[in-house]
Amino acid sequence: MKIKNFALLVLAIAIPVLALLPLPDFWIVQLNYIGLYALVCLGLVLLTGVGGLTSFGQAAFVGIGAYTTAWLTLNTGMSPWLTLFVGLAITGASALIVAAITLRMSGHYLPLATIAWGLSLYYLMGNLAALGKYDGLQGLKSLSIGSLDIGQGRWFFVLTWVILLAGATALLNLLDSRPGRAIRSLKGASQMAEAMGINTFRYKVSIFLIAALLASIGGWLLAHFQLTVNPSAFGLKMGIEYLFMTVVGGIGYVWGAIVGAGLIKLLDDYLQVALPALIGTSGSYEVIVFGVAIVLVLKYLPDGLWSLVARYLPSAPRRVDWQDAGNLPSRSKPARGESVLKVDKIRKQFGGLTAVNDISFQIDAGQIVGLIGPNGAGKSTTFNLITGTLSKTRGQVLFRGQDISSLPARGIARQGMARTFQHVKMIPDMTVLENVAMGAYTRGHSGVIGAMLRINKAEEHRMMKEAQRQLERIGMGEHLHEQAGNLAMGPQRLMEIARALCSDPALLLLDEPAAGLRHKEKQDLIQVLRQLQSEGMSILLVEHDMDLVMDVCDHLVVMEFGTLLTQGTPEEIQASPAVRAAYLGTEH
Amino acid sequence: MDFSIASILMLDGVTNGAIYALLGLATVLVFTVTRVIFIPQGEFVAYGALTLAMLQTGKIPGTVWLLLIMAALAALMEGVARWRHNGNPGRALKAALKILIFPAIVSGLSVWAAPQQFSLWVQAALSVAIVTAFGPLVYRVAYQSLESSPPLVLLIVSVGVHFAMTGLGLLFFGAEGFRNPPFWDERFNLGPVAVSGQTVIIFAVSLALIVLLWLYFERSLRGKALRATAVNRTGARLMGISSHSAGQLTFLMAAFIGALSGLLIGPTTTVFYDSGFLIGLKGFVAAVIAGLSSYPGALLGALFVGIVEAFGAFWASAFKEVIVFTIILPVLLVRSLRAGHSDEDH
Repeated sequence: MKIKNFALLVLAIAIPVLALLPLPDFWIVQLNYIGLYALVCLGLVLLTGVGGLTSFGQAAFVGIGAYTTAWLTLNTGMSPWLTLFVGLAITGASALIVAAITLRMSGHYLPLATIAWGLSLYYLMGNLAALGKYDGLQGLKSLSIGSLDIGQGRWFFVLTWVILLAGATALLNLLDSRPGRAIRSLKGASQMAEAMGINTFRYKVSIFLIAALLASIGGWLLAHFQLTVNPSAFGLKMGIEYLFMTVVGGIGYVWGAIVGAGLIKLLDDYLQVALPALIGTSGSYEVIVFGVAIVLVLKYLPDGLWSLVARYLPSAPRRVDWQDAGNLPSRSKPARGESVLKVDKIRKQFGGLTAVNDISFQIDAGQIVGLIGPNGAGKSTTFNLITGTLSKTRGQVLFRGQDISSLPARGIARQGMARTFQHVKMIPDMTVLENVAMGAYTRGHSGVIGAMLRINKAEEHRMMKEAQRQLERIGMGEHLHEQAGNLAMGPQRLMEIARALCSDPALLLLDEPAAGLRHKEKQDLIQVLRQLQSEGMSILLVEHDMDLVMDVCDHLVVMEFGTLLTQGTPEEIQASPAVRAAYLGTEH
Repeated sequence: MDFSIASILMLDGVTNGAIYALLGLATVLVFTVTRVIFIPQGEFVAYGALTLAMLQTGKIPGTVWLLLIMAALAALMEGVARWRHNGNPGRALKAALKILIFPAIVSGLSVWAAPQQFSLWVQAALSVAIVTAFGPLVYRVAYQSLESSPPLVLLIVSVGVHFAMTGLGLLFFGAEGFRNPPFWDERFNLGPVAVSGQTVIIFAVSLALIVLLWLYFERSLRGKALRATAVNRTGARLMGISSHSAGQLTFLMAAFIGALSGLLIGPTTTVFYDSGFLIGLKGFVAAVIAGLSSYPGALLGALFVGIVEAFGAFWASAFKEVIVFTIILPVLLVRSLRAGHSDEDH
């Protein structure tokens, strides 16, 4: 059994057992709070640990959930089971606003905005007469089903922890899926993700939304558990504490959320009593300990406490259960000889420097074209202009007759152009198979919700089957379940080619695929390229290895100082005195 | 609202804005050189004001003891790190002493001066010296070994430091608030507005500090070295500019600006151990308006924040903070629309 299912099973058994054990009520109350906090922390694991974004404003979302249900049940008599959804809707809307405003900018603006947002919401709750100002709202009802009160004690424990269990399951399902792999690319590999056709902005918004909604559910539970709400539980200090809990527990692990919430909650309770007694006056001195502790954790145990446990958990390889899966949809390919790519006078200027100066060339279906030139000639820039990674100053690129000049990288990828990178870009802590499956992103449809509910199984199987097929095609069949980060340079490059192939491209752009490959691996690469060509694939190659280039290319484009030096067949290029001068200099 | 109320509010806003400007400048300074989003900037403000308040009562301020503890800790860390690095206990000891010396002198001076009830200006100078000494120590203890971490980690460290410094403020100053006496008790009447001497001082000091910062970064080699670190850390390191000392120097300046702001704001409002946070964050909003990168932008942003706050307090006093912290959202929206896609793998 997979470890993830095992841990979920342990938790699923532990909930009824704990509820039936004769634990003192005090501990049940503590467990209730821990469950509530862990629900909020779960969102931060997704947002910060996986997605690399941070929010200090989670407490504010908890507050929206809590105040919505408190106000509605008190003033309109609505059932709490309905107000939950109203709260989710309001939370969702406000999260979308914050996300839309901040997420297009670089990473640190989101946490800053959430600090400001958390503060202003706190003061708003504390000053609105309708919300009882700083006293808050009292007299809420406990949750009940019919006449059964499930809002306190053991029933509430079961309710909270079942919701938490469901949340954890949904999150684990999500992370191991098509949208989940896209989310895992957000932290440090978003350029690659965009080149695979993934709209990274949309996924950033999605995870911020999910985290906010989890917090809102936490707030709803909290309101009906405490039977009263007031702003102090939703201030910035609490927002920061949620982040601390998650960091201490292990921000990259779903189980870290629960460990961190438990530890900080218990420590908080202990210190709030012990420290004032020690110092002799009342006051929240526990913040000193938390402040120091968080710096120490970041310094000495940046992956949190759960990483100590995770180290000893065996990691079983993914079960291969996709042999019988069908094929992913494939696109129509251009007929041999048809024009695939037509680059027309593209230019890129960085300030006063013209890096690419009116380059034109074209590729026909089934051709392998090499783009060569000395270092600094502008090959990679040209590459990035064609694939949309950089924007053109001017010029036009036609792909299969369509103008793709104004499309972003992901739009071009969806048209059927796949690329690799000069410096390998991957997600090191995913397996080779999962990394390659990212290439098939544009060939699937399953979304975040489908992935959480695991109704995407058929598509997942098809993707894994395709990824395996492409890896075997490129001779990497033995590395399927290895962590991508553990691969040597050569296999990493081959993995990138497999990933590009996974998208079923009509044109493959390879940026220095042979760099770092050994002689034997280069021979294999040549074989692969030839095979692809025989299947009708068109390839654009940037490469420094002249033997390889001369061996496989049908046509060569030579650049120097950003301009087109000459183009022609390998024989013509080899004979060209201009090319020789560019590479070796002229005799005087 | 008539003209006289509007001009009083304007003056009020611009006065507070001048202080937010200083804090905004410090925030921009720290972020550009070290990539640290320095949330605890406001704590230096409270420390500065409260240290002076303690000196006023003739007591030795708690910050002195805190400073000695921090200095000892920093010296220990430095000594151990050096020893491990080059295995030479003599040099390690020297490095540790170098860290200790300034805090020790300042502390000694304070212990001696505190009961003597010197004039306000001497006490003010002493307060600034004490709080300024914290800057490099905070950098050494909390940030230095995490220097090359992503900004996100540094931000979480900042929040941790903010927690610790607030709690320590409570521990060493107590929960009581203080209002300092003004440095200049004069009042000038300019039409409907009465300008207090303190206001004049606030403007003069803010202006002087901004000019000094400008001169430092434009005209001195050290300032240029800091700018080099801001642009490219690795490159600056290769040119022999230590990123450690650049960080410590920056924090020294940030603490100095914070302490000075504390003295300026002390006579206009009652300062508690945790008051600094909100004041600092308003400087922060100003810095964010400037995109955390432009000094003149931070100045304009701060004046804007101050004026919004003054008018907000007049129209809806309960929602003053809500208004101030919500303006960050439209500001970010404008920046986001103008910047387009600036995000990439850092």
